[in-house]
Amino acid sequence: MSAKTMFQKIWDAHIVRQDAGQPAILYIDLHLVHEVTSAQAFDGLRLAGRKVRRPELTVATMDHNVPTTDRSLPILDQISKKQMDVLAANCAEFGIELYDLHSKRQGVVHIIGPELGLTQPGMTIVCGDSHTSTHGAFGALAFGIGTSEVEHVLATQCLQQTLPRTMEVRVDGALSPGVTAKDIILGIIGRLGTAGATGYVIEYTGEAIRAMSMEARMTVCNMSIEAGARAGMVAPDDTTFAYLDGKPHAPKGADLEAAMDYWRSLPTDAGAAFDELLTIDASTLAPFVSWGTNPGQVSPITAFVPDPDDEPTESDRASLVRALDYMGLKPGAPLNGLPIERVFIGSCTNGRLEDLRRAARIVDGQKVASTVKAMVVPGSWEVKRLAEQEGLDKTFLAAGFEWREAGCSMCLGMNPDILQPQERCASTSNRNFEGRQGKGGRTHLVSPEMAAAAAIAGHLVDVREWMAKS
Amino acid sequence: MTPFTSLTAPVAFLDRANVDTDQIIPKQFLKRVERTGFGEFLFFDWRFNADGTLNVDFELNTPDMAGAGILVAGKNFGSGSSREHAPWALMDYGFRVIIAPSFADIFYNNCFKNGLLPIVLDDPSIELLRSAASGERYVLTVDLQTQSITDGKGIEIAFLVDAFRRHCLLNGLDDIGLTLEHADDISAYESMRPSRMPSLAGQR
Repeated sequence: MSAKTMFQKIWDAHIVRQDAGQPAILYIDLHLVHEVTSAQAFDGLRLAGRKVRRPELTVATMDHNVPTTDRSLPILDQISKKQMDVLAANCAEFGIELYDLHSKRQGVVHIIGPELGLTQPGMTIVCGDSHTSTHGAFGALAFGIGTSEVEHVLATQCLQQTLPRTMEVRVDGALSPGVTAKDIILGIIGRLGTAGATGYVIEYTGEAIRAMSMEARMTVCNMSIEAGARAGMVAPDDTTFAYLDGKPHAPKGADLEAAMDYWRSLPTDAGAAFDELLTIDASTLAPFVSWGTNPGQVSPITAFVPDPDDEPTESDRASLVRALDYMGLKPGAPLNGLPIERVFIGSCTNGRLEDLRRAARIVDGQKVASTVKAMVVPGSWEVKRLAEQEGLDKTFLAAGFEWREAGCSMCLGMNPDILQPQERCASTSNRNFEGRQGKGGRTHLVSPEMAAAAAIAGHLVDVREWMAKS
Repeated sequence: MTPFTSLTAPVAFLDRANVDTDQIIPKQFLKRVERTGFGEFLFFDWRFNADGTLNVDFELNTPDMAGAGILVAGKNFGSGSSREHAPWALMDYGFRVIIAPSFADIFYNNCFKNGLLPIVLDDPSIELLRSAASGERYVLTVDLQTQSITDGKGIEIAFLVDAFRRHCLLNGLDDIGLTLEHADDISAYESMRPSRMPSLAGQR
């Protein structure tokens, strides 16, 4: 038998049918559903008189436009409320488990899958959301789909897929203190650009990835889409198995033994070939910060705003001029010291317990700068509960942060949590597109540590110097 | 799905790279629960000024681009979010063809599901179209049968498209229907699936 990549093994194990010249029909093990990309899919089912084939392999929650304020209050945005009501009605009609606003299992869809143990190695997982790549951290093949494909999976539990190419991104060496998984993935996207991995599934390998916790691996896989990749994955190992142990839906007893046999067979065979290879030395990385209007426009915090005149083509120069104009930045200005007005800690990228712990360590005993409005939005009800058990909420509140209910919040600003025009924000989210966090808002993507330090300082800082001081 | 065979329509040029789906249809318009009515919000933050007036400097707002059915865009068009509202908005506005040097993966896929034809052309071909248009109202015919783009004035460009996708688009095939033709294969696969796989059964 020829050597296979982990991706190829999972792909092969899920082929329901493959006809020459046609896309493969792949079986989907888990379908995650949320309020924004599902309504039209359920409508399509009704119009065609179709049922949900496997409601028990489908789970829904509300995350994108939920308010993060007091859940006992009515929802003021009637259009958002309607979208949530429609999801609830659809789930009731089609027999789908729903974790709504008042469920203790509610949260950002990519946070609750893993914490419930629904995300497991070797599975195919899809969701009408591009950050579904997060689940690849467990050695699953997980990717975002559009609403037509949501309908397709609801009706058939399958998807038609063309075989992607594979890319190994090997991260050697060890991270320096103050440098995190977020900085690794921002560094990778900076190298690849936002389309560098289009058409590829990435497998992240190497010493730095092996040394990471599951939560850090999720941060890396989460942003694979920002390099254009269809999915990102990490081979399962003892760290993965330890994380799954005891999770509500993780296998137990004899099932666990059978599952472990499968899980241990998944890692890429020695000698298996990838179509592309990118290597990064983690020990050379600094904390990264984005300065432009896409996640490929990033630099180490020690760097300066780039000069459009250095661009190779007129088109590239024009893009950069547009980005800097939107961001209100001058070529050559240092990134370190750039004043900010808002801080957002949360999202499917950095809204898990470890993220909040690391941010809390930076703010402990400090005060948010008087010029800054800062908020922490836990990724799920469960993350919030665990964080409060450790007293992290008190640390943030004492420092002057707002402590909110779970949701996507200001990562995409579909709920009332948005930036005002020209407001500058240090954000732990995943996209710095124009208007993403609010029309005219200026997003700088950073790690939780960097966001926390910026909140205290009132400007972007190199968190390594910050840690040395305190 | 609406079939696509050929289209003769005016062309709009949007000379920007990495146009993301947040620009194509900003998030504040994703709350509709229908597939229709998104066209008026297409490129909203670019088409309109903060006070709601038309931004006359935006490419699509120039008079010769009114009624365009073909959009010629920059590389990596449709990057970012998986929102299918992006192709819905483009179609609702009147576009049936998007031509670009490259597309983001999910967006490209979403287009075919809706009868919107995304065509990848190399930079020199796009430059050829741009110079032929020379800032005037410019009409192209895109024929999926013959896989050609012509302007009736001598320009003829061939394009490639996956044979299966082309077949589905020409015939307006419903791919759920196609998959359900293989319901026996799906059932056979399911009968082999280990029972230990996670399931929400019994949760309700």
